Amino acid sequence: MTVIFDGIASGMLLFLISVGLSVTLGLMNFVNLAHGAFAMLGGYVCVTLLNRAGVPFLASLPVAALATALAGVVLERTLYRRLYAATHLDQVLFSIGLVFMSIAGAHYFFGAQQQPMVLPEFLQGQFNLPGLDIGIYRLFLVVLSLAIAYGLNRLVRGTRFGAQLRAAVDNPRAARGVGINVERIFTLTFALGTALAGLGGALGVEMLGLDPSFPVKYIVYFLIVVAVGGSGNIMGSLVASLILGVVDVAGKYYVPQIGAFVIYAVMVVMLIVRPQGLFGRRAAR
Amino acid sequence: MQATLALDLAPIARADRWRPAELAFWLIPVAAYFIFPENLVLLTQIAITALFCLSLDLILGYAGIVSLGHAAFFGLGAYAAGLLAAHGYGDPLIGLAVAAVVTAVLGYVTSFLVLRGADLTRLMVTLGVSMMLYEIANKLTDITGGVDGLQGMEVLPVLGQFEFDLYGKTAYWYAVAVLFVLFWVARKLVHSPFGLSLKGIRLNVGRMPALGAPVNGRLSTVYTIGAAYAGIAGALLAQTTQFVALDVLAFNRSAELLLILVLGGSGSLYGALLGTIVFMSAHHLLSDLNPQYWQFWLGALLVVIVLFARDGVMGGLRGVQRRLDAAFGRTK
Repeated sequence: MTVIFDGIASGMLLFLISVGLSVTLGLMNFVNLAHGAFAMLGGYVCVTLLNRAGVPFLASLPVAALATALAGVVLERTLYRRLYAATHLDQVLFSIGLVFMSIAGAHYFFGAQQQPMVLPEFLQGQFNLPGLDIGIYRLFLVVLSLAIAYGLNRLVRGTRFGAQLRAAVDNPRAARGVGINVERIFTLTFALGTALAGLGGALGVEMLGLDPSFPVKYIVYFLIVVAVGGSGNIMGSLVASLILGVVDVAGKYYVPQIGAFVIYAVMVVMLIVRPQGLFGRRAAR
Repeated sequence: MQATLALDLAPIARADRWRPAELAFWLIPVAAYFIFPENLVLLTQIAITALFCLSLDLILGYAGIVSLGHAAFFGLGAYAAGLLAAHGYGDPLIGLAVAAVVTAVLGYVTSFLVLRGADLTRLMVTLGVSMMLYEIANKLTDITGGVDGLQGMEVLPVLGQFEFDLYGKTAYWYAVAVLFVLFWVARKLVHSPFGLSLKGIRLNVGRMPALGAPVNGRLSTVYTIGAAYAGIAGALLAQTTQFVALDVLAFNRSAELLLILVLGGSGSLYGALLGTIVFMSAHHLLSDLNPQYWQFWLGALLVVIVLFARDGVMGGLRGVQRRLDAAFGRTK
């Protein structure tokens, strides 16, 4: 039971970070491998505020998200927008370039070591139920993720902004024709995606660690979530992260010899069975 | 009726002929041997990477199959040759042949997985396959040595004649000779009807079946060939360094290779070679100056290439040639 709960918590964390990617990759159809770099930025902002400025943990989370969103907006306005119409390969190359730069930058400013992170008192420790140990921080992650999943789903499915966004993605020309400011929608969406990355990165420091190789180490996981969940589908990402989180933790716990092999195998098999993802719809273009 | 059907195939036949500039290009490795006798190890690395890049060029530049995990084949080839040599079968050419066969089989099998999806799925599946191999090599420490690398290779002299020496002379000529032979084959291949059909598939996948080209069959074939090329490149690295490190399978290697190819210009065999020469030389010089910022400039370079110079070095050279042609009043 504890293994399953830990798996769910780790899946939720995966979801928190990769849902941002689901927004940019899935909704905007941009293969943004630099997503992990934004998550890393959020992590560093959070850790720096916490350790050097003494800001409380809960207050540093929104700051991390906002700072990352700001960086996202600047990059989107200057660079990303030029590549919306480019091929996936160009987008991949471009974002790998950004990843390399972010790794070198993190080395320069923070050094190669792991960043320490001390959680506030009320998030430490665990409940002990019969047969189940629940870490409080893990419970906190699960609740927060579910709230974000619900909120995002409402935003995309049930609001005017969401409708405009889906229209802008499916047919930018027609969307412009009916008076939707497609550029503004894309910038806002990109900001949302990077803010979620930053938030996820900040929350993930405790479980995933934080060092300059973060963007490369975990990008595979984020991509798996989006690819398996079906692009642009928030509930799909949630289910996919849960499956992957549980499989990954259970795999590492019960058959440590084969390590991360399980997760890649699961991904490849899922992609072969359903190339468009678990809940995917056919891409619009 | 007859007259309208008679196509002029002369330009296609002419493209197959060797031009003087190409012959001059192949004097570079000979000249490099005499100009930089101290740097033979680096030069050997360049030749091997060039072959690896050539293999990616075949599948990406010509056939348009995107791959984020091409290092899978490179690494598998390296381990195949390495394990053979470590268990007493040290003949280098047999090592190359075995590596080619093993990687071709993997390439053939995975080609069906890769061809199932569109771009994004292909990226993920190739990446997944290479990560799986990485994990396998990482965990099977009894066989591969894991993170410590595969040691104890004993490579016999090439053709029973040329022993691998301390200065890397044999290694260099061996790598260059293999590169040249395989380049020659690849050149034949891309100018053959098969190669032209690949170009057709890349440019308009919807129309090729109408011309009677079996799209999936062709793509699967070229993916297999590309895999075998990458395997041979990996085997060369293993034999010339007498060591296989786990990072032959790493994601960084696949990503770097993509960078080299776009730097040189994909869809052109010489682009792959030039890109490798420029990249490896720059790497050598820049990391001498300042190793920790190399990665930063690498990333910056990639961003700039994608935004402004999508055709790479070859695109630049073609531009120069057009201007020369215009200046001297020549017409093509």
